[in-house]
Amino acid sequence: LAPWVPVVGLEIHAQISSNSKLFSGSQVQFAAPPNSLVSFFDASLPGTLPVLNRRCVEAAVMTGLALNCSINKKSLFDRKHYFYADLPAGYQITQQRVPIAVNGSLSYSLCIDNKMSQMVTKTVRIKQIQLEQDSGKSLHDDTRSQTLVDLNRAGVGLMEVVMEPDMCCGEEAAAAVRELQLILQTLGSSQAVMAEGQLRVDANVSVHHPGEPYGVRTEVKNINSLRFLAKAVDYEIQRQIEELENGGAILNETRAFDSKLGCTVPMRDKEGKQDYRFMPEPNLPPLVLYDTKSLPANVNHQQVVNIDWIHERLPDLPSVKRAKLVEQYGILPEHSFALLNEDGLTEFFEHVVKQTEMKPKKVIGWILNVLLSYLKQHSLTVKESPVSSFLLADLLNLLEKKEISSTAAKQVFAELWKGEGKTPLEIVKEKKLELIQDQTELEQICQAVIDRQENEVIMMVLG
Amino acid sequence: PLKRGFCRFQVSAALKEGHVTATELCQRCLALIKSTKFLNAYITVAEETALKQAEESEKRYKRGKPLGVLDGIPIAVKDNFNTAGIETTCASNMLKGYISPYNATVVQKLLDQGAVLLGKTNLDEFAMGSGSTDGVFGPVRNPWSYSRQYKEKCDPKSHSEDEDSNWVITGGSSGGSAAAVSSYTCFAALGSDTGGSTRNPAAHCGVVGLKPSYGLISRHGLIPLVNSMDVPGILTRCVDDAAAVLGSLAGHDPKDSTTIQDSFKPFELPDLPDVSKLLIGIPKEYHAPGLSSEILALWSKAADLFKNAGAKVIEVSLPHTCYSIVCYHVLCTAEVASNMARFDGLEYGHRSDLKKSTESMYAATRREGFNDVVRGRILSGNYFLLKQNYEKYFIKAQKVRRLIANDFLKVFGSGVDVLLTPTTLSDALPYKEFIKEDNRTRSAQDDILTQAANMAGLPAVNVPAALSERGLPVGLQFIGRSFQEKQLLTVAKWFEKQVKFPMIQLEEVNRNNHDVFQHQKSASFS
Repeated sequence: LAPWVPVVGLEIHAQISSNSKLFSGSQVQFAAPPNSLVSFFDASLPGTLPVLNRRCVEAAVMTGLALNCSINKKSLFDRKHYFYADLPAGYQITQQRVPIAVNGSLSYSLCIDNKMSQMVTKTVRIKQIQLEQDSGKSLHDDTRSQTLVDLNRAGVGLMEVVMEPDMCCGEEAAAAVRELQLILQTLGSSQAVMAEGQLRVDANVSVHHPGEPYGVRTEVKNINSLRFLAKAVDYEIQRQIEELENGGAILNETRAFDSKLGCTVPMRDKEGKQDYRFMPEPNLPPLVLYDTKSLPANVNHQQVVNIDWIHERLPDLPSVKRAKLVEQYGILPEHSFALLNEDGLTEFFEHVVKQTEMKPKKVIGWILNVLLSYLKQHSLTVKESPVSSFLLADLLNLLEKKEISSTAAKQVFAELWKGEGKTPLEIVKEKKLELIQDQTELEQICQAVIDRQENEVIMMVLG
Repeated sequence: PLKRGFCRFQVSAALKEGHVTATELCQRCLALIKSTKFLNAYITVAEETALKQAEESEKRYKRGKPLGVLDGIPIAVKDNFNTAGIETTCASNMLKGYISPYNATVVQKLLDQGAVLLGKTNLDEFAMGSGSTDGVFGPVRNPWSYSRQYKEKCDPKSHSEDEDSNWVITGGSSGGSAAAVSSYTCFAALGSDTGGSTRNPAAHCGVVGLKPSYGLISRHGLIPLVNSMDVPGILTRCVDDAAAVLGSLAGHDPKDSTTIQDSFKPFELPDLPDVSKLLIGIPKEYHAPGLSSEILALWSKAADLFKNAGAKVIEVSLPHTCYSIVCYHVLCTAEVASNMARFDGLEYGHRSDLKKSTESMYAATRREGFNDVVRGRILSGNYFLLKQNYEKYFIKAQKVRRLIANDFLKVFGSGVDVLLTPTTLSDALPYKEFIKEDNRTRSAQDDILTQAANMAGLPAVNVPAALSERGLPVGLQFIGRSFQEKQLLTVAKWFEKQVKFPMIQLEEVNRNNHDVFQHQKSASFS
C-alpha cells in the first residue's frame, strides 16, 4: 500500500485581551451575567456605527511582529454575512480582502521520543492574521424548544491566525498551538486560555499520496484543549485514510470533534456551502498604520499606531527566553521548554537558584522531576504549590552541604508538601535524617551491624 | 437691521425681544400640524415633550440666555433618525412601535441648541423611493396641492370633483419633512439624502433642500440605506436658515468613523452675495431625456441671470452621468441587503408569531415586516453579492462610481466653482399618475439628476426657482466642491434673492397667521 501524507492546517481564533470590544465601548469580561455587557452597537440597534478600538489594533500588530509577519500598513474591513441567532447584525465584521498582517512563521519544538531527551525544531508558515468580531453565545434549551442568546461576547475582538498546512499530525498541531499560546500570553495580546474560550482552534485535515495533489480537506471544529486537538487531528487522518483505502471519498465538509467518543462527526448545521456575500465595510475607512519614517509631522498621537514603537517595546518571546535560560543556567533546551510550559515555573526555578548554592544544572532536576510531578499529581498550579521556592532552596542547601542524602531530601520534600509549616531543618531533625559526617561514629555503627549479623558476615567472608 | 448671533433670524429676534414666546410658537405649530393633518406629513407628533422643550427655552430667553439661534425654534425630524423615547418607525412594519434608547447625533445637537422637536415625519419605507408614497402610514401629500396657486391652474372641471383626488406627491423619500417645512408647521426639518431624497422633495415642495458633503455631518443614529452615500439632509424655507442649521450640525463625530477630522467653522452668508467672479458650469448631460421644456427654459434663464451678473457660465461635460442610475442600483441594493440583515425579529422590532424554527421565524418576520420595495432590493442586492457575481456587478459598479466621481474632479479641477442643473425632470406628478409605475421605475427616473452627487459625495442644494404652469414649485440645483458649503450656499443665496420665489397661499397657514409670519416674504425664521 502506498504511503499517505497527512496535511494539517489550522485556523486559530484568539480573543484579544482588552478592556472593551473591537468596535464598541462595552466591557470585555468572562462569565458576567447574561446580556449585561451589551452596547447598542453590539445589539445591532439600527443606526449604530462601529468605532475601531486602538488597543485591539496594537494587539494584532504585536502578534504579527512576534510571528515574523509583514504588517500591512493599509488593511481593510469587510462584512461576512450569514444569519444566526448569536450574530445580531446578520454579518460579522472581519478582514477578508487585506488583513492586518501576512506571511509570517512560527517555530515550535517537538520531542522525538517520550523522554523529553531530544527535541527537534519545526516551522509552520503563518498565512495571515486578521482582526474580526466574536459572536455571541447561543444555548439550546431542547426541553422548551428554544434558544437562549447571550450577547456579552458579541463584538469582542478576535485575532484569527491562519497556519498553513505545514503540519503532519496531531502532535505537531498541538505543539504549534502551544507555542502560539505562550507567545500570546507573553505579549499579553491574548490570555489564550482554551478552557475559557479565549483560544479556539479549527483544524483543516487532508491526506494524499506523495507526489500527488493534496486531497479533499475537512474542517474539524469543537476542539476544547490541546490534548483533544492532537486526538481529533490524528483520528481524522486515520478516518480519511481508512475511507480512501476502502474506495470511498472524502467530502469537503465540516466535522465536530466528539471528545467523549474520541471521533469526528459531520456537523448538521453546516451542510451545504455557504456564500458569505462578502462586501467592504462601508462605515470603517481603511486602517492605516505608520512607522517612524512614514509618521506625519502634525499628527494626533491618539489617532495613530506606530509599528516601530510597538516593535521596540516587544517583550522577550518564549524562544528568546528559553535560549537565555539555557545560556544563563547551563540547562538543556528540553528543560527550558518544560520551564516555560508551566505557568510560573521559570520564576520559581530562578528564585530557587538565587537562594541556593546548588548549581542550576542540579536544581533543574528537582524542579522538573520532583516539584512538577507532585504538582501534576495533585493538579495544582505553581502558584498553589505548598512548597515555596524559599523552602525548596533551603532544602537544596542542606543537600548541597551534604547534611542529608538525596534520598532523605526526597523524604523531606514529601513532608514539606504536607504544608504543615515546618522548615526543612526541623523535618530533618524530627525524622533524624541527618547524614553522619563523623568517621568514628560511622565505624561504630558499621561494627554494630556486623556484630548483630555474625552469621551473615561469616557466610559472606566464606564466599 | 442688527445682526444677532451669526445669522439673522426674524423669529429668533422676535423670541429674543419677547414679541413671541417659545411656547406660543410651539403651540401655533402644533395647531397647524393638526389642521394640516390631511397632508400626512407627520407619523408621530411629540406634543408633550415639545411643549416641555418650549417651556425650557422660554425660561432661557427670560433669563436673557438663549443657547443660540436655534433656541426655541420648532423643528421636525424624518422618521429614520433615532430619537430617544419617541417612536422611530422608518415608515415600516418592521419598526412600528420601536422606541430607540438613544438620539442620533444630529438630533442631540439640535436639542442641545434648544430646538423644539415637534415630531417625526413621514417617508418612503426605509427611505426607499422617490415619492414618499410607499410607507406603511400612507403617502404624504404635497401642501401645494391645496394652494391657491395650484387650484387656480387646475382644470375647473376636475376641480369641482373630489378635490382630494388631484393632489400631487411631495417627491421623496423625505417628503414628510419637505411638506412640514413647506406648510409652515416647522421652521426646519431633517431629511436624509442617498440619491436625492432631500433635494427631490425640496424641489417639489418649494423649499430649500441641502445635501451636505459626505463626511461633514454625522450619520450616527441615521438608520442607513446606503452607508457610503447617505447624508443627513437639511430642509428650510430659505438658504440662510439652511446655513444656520448646517452650522449647528457639522463637524467630526467620534461615533461616526466616516466623518472628517478637520474642525468645522460655522459661517454666515454675506448679505449681498457676489457671483461676478465665479465660473458656473452647465453639465450638458443633465439635459436628460424627459426633462420638461418648462424646466429647461428655467435652467436657461438661470444661466442668463448669472451671466448678466458678471459670472462666467460655460458648458461642461460629465460623461459618465448616464451610468449613475445603473451603478446606483447595484451598489444601493447590495448595501441594503447587508444593512437589512439585522432585522431578524430577535433583538428589537417586529417578530413573527411563527415559532416552528429560528429560520422560519426569520423568514416570516422579514416577509411581514418589509414591504415589496425593501424585499425586492434585498433580493437584488444579495444576488449581486454572490461570489460568482461580485466581480461582474459590485466591483464593476465601484469602478464606474470612481469614473463618475472623477468626472466631477476633472470639472472642478479645471476651475469651475459651482455646477447649475435642474433638480427634477418635471414638477410634481399627481399621485394617481405617479403610482401607475412601480417604485423601482420611478426611482430610476427621478434620481437621474440628483444621484451622481451622492456617488461623488459632493454637496448639492435645491433652491426653489419658480412656479410651473400648473402652479407647482420647480427648483434648480447647485452642486459644489467637496466641503465648500460656504461657496455653494453663497451662490444659492444669491440665486434665491434673484428669483424671489412666492410664498405658498395655503388657507390653513393664513388662518394660523401671526405677526411673526407676516414679516417673512421669503418665509423663514431668518
